[in-house]
Amino acid sequence: MIRWLVAAIGFCIAATPVLAADPIEIGIGYLGRTGVKPKLSLVELPAENDGLAGARLAIEDNNTTGKFLNQHFTLEAVRLKDNEDVAKAAAALAERTGFIIADLPADDLLKAANTLRDRGTLLLNAGAIDDRLREQDCRANVIHVAPTRSMLADALAQYLVWKQWKRWLFVVGSHDQDKLYADALRRAATRFGAKIVQERTFEDTGGARRTDSGVTLIQRQIPVFTQQAPAYDVLVAADESEVFASYLPYRTWDPRPVAGSAGLIPTSWHAAQDQWGAIQIQNRFTKLNSRHMTALDMQAWTAARMIGEAASRTKSGDPKAVSEFLKGPDFSIAAFKGRRLTLRDWNLQLRQPILLVDGRMVVSVSPQEGFLHQVSELDTLGADRPETKCKLQ
Amino acid sequence: MWRCCLLSGLAAWLAAVSPASAFIAYVSNEKSNTVSVIDTNSWTVTKTIKVGQRPRGIEFTRDGKFVFVAVGDDDSIQVIDVAKQEVVDTLPSGPDPELFALDADGKILYVANENDNTVTIIDVEKRARLGEIQVGVEPEGMAISPDGSILINTSETTNMAHFIDTKTRQIVANVLVDARPRFAEFKRDNSEVWVSSEIGGTISVIDPIKREVTKKITFEIPGLRSEAIQPVGIGMTKDGKTAFVALGPANRVAVVDATSHKVIKYLLVGQRVWHMAFTPDEKYLMVTNGVSNDVSVIDVAAQKVIKTIQVGELPWGITIAQP
Repeated sequence: MIRWLVAAIGFCIAATPVLAADPIEIGIGYLGRTGVKPKLSLVELPAENDGLAGARLAIEDNNTTGKFLNQHFTLEAVRLKDNEDVAKAAAALAERTGFIIADLPADDLLKAANTLRDRGTLLLNAGAIDDRLREQDCRANVIHVAPTRSMLADALAQYLVWKQWKRWLFVVGSHDQDKLYADALRRAATRFGAKIVQERTFEDTGGARRTDSGVTLIQRQIPVFTQQAPAYDVLVAADESEVFASYLPYRTWDPRPVAGSAGLIPTSWHAAQDQWGAIQIQNRFTKLNSRHMTALDMQAWTAARMIGEAASRTKSGDPKAVSEFLKGPDFSIAAFKGRRLTLRDWNLQLRQPILLVDGRMVVSVSPQEGFLHQVSELDTLGADRPETKCKLQ
Repeated sequence: MWRCCLLSGLAAWLAAVSPASAFIAYVSNEKSNTVSVIDTNSWTVTKTIKVGQRPRGIEFTRDGKFVFVAVGDDDSIQVIDVAKQEVVDTLPSGPDPELFALDADGKILYVANENDNTVTIIDVEKRARLGEIQVGVEPEGMAISPDGSILINTSETTNMAHFIDTKTRQIVANVLVDARPRFAEFKRDNSEVWVSSEIGGTISVIDPIKREVTKKITFEIPGLRSEAIQPVGIGMTKDGKTAFVALGPANRVAVVDATSHKVIKYLLVGQRVWHMAFTPDEKYLMVTNGVSNDVSVIDVAAQKVIKTIQVGELPWGITIAQP
């Protein structure tokens, strides 16, 4: 305690007069739902603090910068239980913070956005990948840091086409979000010149994801399910619900690679990413949280860093000034993806390269070479300006 | 007439192939864990030296007898004996050293440690750590002012150039620059310090007295998206009139009029150009091309690339001995 005091006094003496003033306090909220999403693979079960841990690291990074600019960042996390009202929680959080990082399902996010519309609170969507949030349901007070399903699908399709794996056997799950991902993949196939040679549905008939005698049965089921397919190069699976896709690799009737929800997976981040200085953030994250950094962690880190970046450029913690900077032409952020990330001004979606990973390594990063664009190659991923249905308001 | 042409042609040819004197360049190969030694007389690799894991920052000592190379994944700086052409010693740097700067006397080494937001100060003779300075997130670029009073450190995620008083070892100013600042270079007359921002795509020209950005240099290359233009290494001629800026995955070196800050031309080099070093006579500038695994040689006066030399995998840093 005494040592701390001495250090504090020493700091005050050393500090310039400007720094001696109270720092600008910038509060950031984190709003998410409790509960852990199911996964087929035990090693991929997300941690309790998935996402939040990334935001916490960004707060530390922001504060390292903030100490030179007399800004101080804090994070307040609110986790909603199943039946808790998101609008009420968002309004309560907005009393205390001007920015909210949201890890919410699409409908919840829209409710929060509508509730906070007249307050000037800025929402940063770190969790929802639904295209409709950036299209017909877009909102002027929501910035999307998470990529969209169509960005993920396009990133994968570009690589498969570059690899000349153009004939896809397409397997789709029976849940709504599986169908949404399937729509994005179908669109990507058409866009980049791949052909779906056959489409099959994998019905979720219920059942546990973990059983004592599971593998024997799966080993018999999957070859049967994938037999008698027309000639194909790659099996592409849409299974966001984690019902079957992870069972496919090494078990298909024909010896073919798997991509989509298993095998080669498009994602915004992976613990194996080490290019472009990424090893620095991986090390910082692991040191702070004693676990690997996930895509959701990275999306939340990027969201909190965007606020930090805008606050240091505008020298302000005012949500209006920060929002204006983020939406303006001068904003860009470095996020260990090898190029600057910027916002699409027509729907406030963060442009970003997408990693293609096999679970252990980063296989490639899209956009792929040769997929050109007149503005930014990153706009070859997802819905582009001429196609947008978004009217920001 | 004909003979005269032939003779003058012969003279020009002789001038082109025989450099005034030979120098030795050391190139760190990030992926191979080696250092390539290049003879600038023959423009060939004369020796490949095995070093530690992930060599990047590399510099000759003032007396030219040793080369320091930061081996980031081994958390140290290795010392290569130039006469023996092998690693003979190790300096105690902090974790993950990347770039470093030697003071004018060559006695004190300032090291950027990317992993723990510090600059480590090392006494070269005693091989001892003298202290640490807390800086922003991911410190990288290092430069010492011509009079030795100020050390500049750039921090990649904080996006600042920190001005550090070398006597008190305190930060005296922080200048905000564009995203991911990677390298800093002073003009010899201390009138300007240039900081490259890799992701921001700019060079910030900073007035070292006022400690503020006075100008930003931007780059435009027809046919290239602006995201691919990522300035990293900077080379400035001694007279402060011409600067060369490596533009990373744009595969070009920009030649900049350092007085007007206007880009004069772009020289096509290898893929992902990183860092550079002049020969002491400033006739040639050598640049490392990370992805194409080679070094391009630029004729400084002609502003032309004249040669490409294959080195190890992912060449990164380069240093040339002063005579």
